[in-house]
Amino acid sequence: MSNASATAEPAGPLTAEDKQIVRPPLVLNKRTMGWISDYISSIVEGKTPTWWYVSMGITVPLTLVCLALLAYLISTGVGVWGNNHPVGWAWDITNFVFWIGIGHAGTLISAILFLTRQKWRTSINRAAEAMTLFAVVCAGIYPALHVGRVWMAWFLAPVPNANAIWQNFRSPLLWDVFAVSTYFTVSVLFWYTGLIPDLATLRDRCTTKIRKFVYGVLALGWRGGNRQWRHYEMAYLLLAGLSTPLVLSVHSVVSFDFATSVVPGWHTTIFPPYFVAGAIFGGFAMVLTIMIPACAIYKPLHDLVTINHVDKMCKIILLTGSIVGYAYLMELFIAWYGANPYERAAFWYRAFGPYWWAYWSMMFCNVIAPQFFWFKFFRTHLVWVWIIVQFPNAGMWFERFVIIATTLARDFAPSAWGMFHPTWVDICTFVGTFGLFGTLFLLFIRFLPMICMFEVKAVLPEADPHHGEAHH
Amino acid sequence: MANFFPKWTNWIPLKVVICAGAVVTALAGGLTYYFTPKYTRVGYEPTQPVPFSHVIHVQQLGMDCRYCHSFVEVASHSNVPTTQTCMACHTQIKKDSPKLAAVRESWTTGQPVNWVRIHQVPDYTYFNHAVHVNRGVSCYSCHGAVNEMKVVYQHEPQSMSWCLDCHRAPENHLRPPSEIYNMAWKPPQDTSQQEIGLKFKEEWEVNPPVTCGGCHR
Repeated sequence: MSNASATAEPAGPLTAEDKQIVRPPLVLNKRTMGWISDYISSIVEGKTPTWWYVSMGITVPLTLVCLALLAYLISTGVGVWGNNHPVGWAWDITNFVFWIGIGHAGTLISAILFLTRQKWRTSINRAAEAMTLFAVVCAGIYPALHVGRVWMAWFLAPVPNANAIWQNFRSPLLWDVFAVSTYFTVSVLFWYTGLIPDLATLRDRCTTKIRKFVYGVLALGWRGGNRQWRHYEMAYLLLAGLSTPLVLSVHSVVSFDFATSVVPGWHTTIFPPYFVAGAIFGGFAMVLTIMIPACAIYKPLHDLVTINHVDKMCKIILLTGSIVGYAYLMELFIAWYGANPYERAAFWYRAFGPYWWAYWSMMFCNVIAPQFFWFKFFRTHLVWVWIIVQFPNAGMWFERFVIIATTLARDFAPSAWGMFHPTWVDICTFVGTFGLFGTLFLLFIRFLPMICMFEVKAVLPEADPHHGEAHH
Repeated sequence: MANFFPKWTNWIPLKVVICAGAVVTALAGGLTYYFTPKYTRVGYEPTQPVPFSHVIHVQQLGMDCRYCHSFVEVASHSNVPTTQTCMACHTQIKKDSPKLAAVRESWTTGQPVNWVRIHQVPDYTYFNHAVHVNRGVSCYSCHGAVNEMKVVYQHEPQSMSWCLDCHRAPENHLRPPSEIYNMAWKPPQDTSQQEIGLKFKEEWEVNPPVTCGGCHR
């Protein structure tokens, strides 16, 4: 809008040209700062709703199933899984990569969108980061337990010991340990730092002694003074800067587990970017999978997590899904163009071998299904969005299964070929991790503010010091 | 707004950090000292069914290690002698000694004497006695001065790092093949262990494995 027209008609109706320039508001229905604090805190402070108990009634038993099967695995041995020769990595690593991939959207939203000043992140970052942490918890189970002798897992840490065992720092598996544990640590710090002002809000509203104590301890003495805010902003900025490379590095390192081997189908340079794009793709799908039902339960949240937010996330899914699709096609092209018979065979067996159904499920779920998001209709109707994002959720699992199981099942020598069949322990453990994920998320919704109150307030028009003046 | 917590709680974080630091240090120190074979294994001296004295047999009578441990040069396992080996002498000497009751019982029943094992190599570790004693590693290097032990005890930790110390620098222990079973051997005056060790390492191409597969096959 030009200055002249602004001074002439500051509050008048916008012309068609102006409407194209003005960004849609991030908070709808003219919600006030007071309303935001009251409503989001009320989710935590109110009586526990029935649906919460019902949901916990499903997720907690599943969590217990997961834990019981892990105990069974530890007490009996890795043989209770279906891993075999030649498929030595199977559902364990598939599920690990699946969960760790889901954990990528949180950091992307919280760090990269923060540094690029994308204000729409404010209403979704808290829940997305929580989801990241819980996904990494689920992911961490697998590499820790697939080592077999879990009590020896400390061998992964470079601790001087009487066995003189030192880590092989040339192994991508060790890089993986450090990448994932760093990612988890930084994500926890980042999430917790962002929670402190909101925890203080909850503390100040508390009525019972126990809540006062718990939130009082968690808020770390936050008073909201100018000096505290200056330190806070700097800490948050630094953590964002620290997290940003992690978004790219973690899944790159996970892809090195495969890419640095000499197995045809794994040994490709395209793996790191393709894994990162896939992780963001799957991560955003999981954010939407969780946020849409959460907002359907707490309907006024639609004023904070608006259809505009959903639309933007769908666009990211479309973009990253298309990158993933490009990578799939490029893998096939290079397999043909590279003229390496083993490489060609590996991809031939992926598409037409015994696991063809997994390959084509992956292709459909990850490449075809997100293309619906070219249409605004599918990006803005929540039911459709929720249905469509289930495809990336499933597709990304199939992708990891295809990469791991089909490749190992068809090794160099036909005499070493073999199939993988999951056991009931494989299946129930995987289902159980969803229970763990759900339980942690339900606890989060119940006891912590699931939307970052103070950041959302900052994107309200009232928070703008130039509020009511002309746009420039 | 009133304070939630009294003033003394301001010091809690510092106290927690100090206590946690102390606990972690104590744990690390304790584990390092008490949880390694150096503490748990060295000095292990079980009571044997027969009060056999290496001092008498080796030191006073001058018997060679290989008279009793007869497979050591040719097998991966170095044997504890059979009852027959004992009885070769003890049918004549001290044949009624009460200390030898277990040996005589074994002699009549045919059941071996239940010697208590002292040095325990784990089953996932491949160890070959013959390879070591034929390539310049003396009994002394791993078992200590057994000739001076009235009752045998574990002298070395025999932890993995202890094995690797020698595998990485065998010159510290190699000696002439003629002196392997000479428990009292010392490097001659005009030379040092290092010199002798390096010479033999070179001449015999002693190149001990330090990869996992060397011992964990």
